[in-house]
Amino acid sequence: MTSEQQPGSPPPRHAAARGVVEVRGLVVRRGGRAVLDGLDLEVGAGVTGLLGPSGCGKSTLMRALVGVQRTHGGDVTVLGEPAGSAGLRERVGYVTQAAAVYDDLTVAENLRFFARVLGLRRGEGTSAVDRVLGEVDLAGHRDDVVGRLSGGQRSRVSLAVALLRRPDLLVLDEPTVGLDPVLRQDLWALFHRLAAGADGEPGTAVLVSSHVMDEAERCDRLLLMREGRVIADDTPAAVKAAAGVASVEEAFLALVHDAPTEGGAA
Amino acid sequence: MSAPVTGAVAARVLTQLRRDHRTVAMLLALPTMLIVLLWWVFSDVAGDSFDRIGPALLAIFPFTVMFLVTSVTTLRERSSGTLERLLAMPMGRVDFLLGYAAAFALTAVVQSALAVGVAVGLLGLDVEGPLWLLLLVAVVDAVLGTALGLFVSAFATTEFQAVQFMPLVVIPQLLLCGLFVPRDALPGVLGAISDVLPLSYAVDAMDLLTRPDPGLGEVLGDLAVVAGFALAGLVLGAATLRRRTP
Ligand SMILES: Nc1ncnc2c1ncn2[C@@H]1O[C@H](COP(=O)(O)OP(=O)(O)OP(=O)(O)O)[C@@H](O)[C@H]1O
Ligand SMILES: [Mg+2]
Repeated sequence: MTSEQQPGSPPPRHAAARGVVEVRGLVVRRGGRAVLDGLDLEVGAGVTGLLGPSGCGKSTLMRALVGVQRTHGGDVTVLGEPAGSAGLRERVGYVTQAAAVYDDLTVAENLRFFARVLGLRRGEGTSAVDRVLGEVDLAGHRDDVVGRLSGGQRSRVSLAVALLRRPDLLVLDEPTVGLDPVLRQDLWALFHRLAAGADGEPGTAVLVSSHVMDEAERCDRLLLMREGRVIADDTPAAVKAAAGVASVEEAFLALVHDAPTEGGAA
Repeated sequence: MSAPVTGAVAARVLTQLRRDHRTVAMLLALPTMLIVLLWWVFSDVAGDSFDRIGPALLAIFPFTVMFLVTSVTTLRERSSGTLERLLAMPMGRVDFLLGYAAAFALTAVVQSALAVGVAVGLLGLDVEGPLWLLLLVAVVDAVLGTALGLFVSAFATTEFQAVQFMPLVVIPQLLLCGLFVPRDALPGVLGAISDVLPLSYAVDAMDLLTRPDPGLGEVLGDLAVVAGFALAGLVLGAATLRRRTP
């Protein structure tokens, strides 16, 4: 349950929709200000979209999930373990909002390096590098130095690093910024393929933050955040229905304007 | 600790260096060129000034250059998000540190071999002690520079700030290491300060190795002090590699 109970009880969730991430009473202060102040939320299987105005705390929350954010209270449980514990580091993939790759290395050199850090042996590493280059559509740029790529290409290199292993949870901070519609469509198809799993393997739970509202329509679930609080947690269809509007964008605008600024709705 | 990961970090740092031709030139050729310049400066002066100062330079260059390059490289690693990404992966902080130390130690071997080769072969500097020991002093000295560079990068937010640590960390050691005034002729307080600065011991070791009949025990003692400082620097550096940041 979120602390912000929506008027009318929230629709029942599938069992599968629980338990990948559980956040209870999370408090994070940054720069002397409480960015997250007692946040509760859950993320389950499938593709979950994390939406909210700029500065509402999406990146902060994602950093807390992968265990790189200093927190000041509350519990964050990921795949049954406390966030950031050693056992999670190979099971959780993370793509930061700004591309975190080495500008002075080529695309392939970056990927090979991270593959070795992730513990892939040479043969495995080579095939993983070839696979992810195809997935982010950069096979033609494998020997280009990253610093000389376009912004969208650099962010795809950063995304490719997170795909080297098939993690159980993939945390993606605005992975599609600056990409054209065709590429965005391809990547969203990829996220859904990852979430569906393959060859009897369970899928990867994917948490994606975004500003692009038409992308929100492609999510299995949406988490709408505002000023460090979750103001909606539902399927895109239910979010739209609850707000009585036709698009997630309108629902977002309605919710962001209507939600109280302080104290929560409960 | 994982040897493959340490190796991966070292190989990656070396690839990055190799790609940057100007940095390669600074790392490898500049120390040798400066030693030649110094030799030239003293070439018309009677006496053995070059023989007195040359050894000190062999200790000062690896330390200074590695300090500078590491502080900027690791600052970039901190600010570009790659460090955060690595620490969210199954990578030990020790692997990261040792990878950097190994890459720069290897660079120091080449750098010092060039500098010593030119100083001894072309400029007639006399080295009495074993050459391998001289190289070992240079390498440990370079690791010290790497460790301190990594440590101070935690206190800088821009490359400009990182570079500002160089006069703060390096120049006082330069003034007090015996290059200008022999350490035992320094005023009492400065002598005491000089006794707790690592570069003094590296310079002492180099100095001994170029004197007739160097006492190996004494050289190894100095080397141990430099190694101790390098180790302490790496521990301090490790303390600044936080997985969780504010
Ligand atoms: N490094 C930092 N130091 C101090 N405060 C920070 C830092 N990074 C972010 N903040 C503050 O935390 C708040 C939330 O930031 P966060 O990056 O989580 O927002 P966001 O929802 O990801 O925004 P955007 O959509 O613009 O990426 C912001 O108000 C910002 O002022
Ligand atoms: Mg953000």
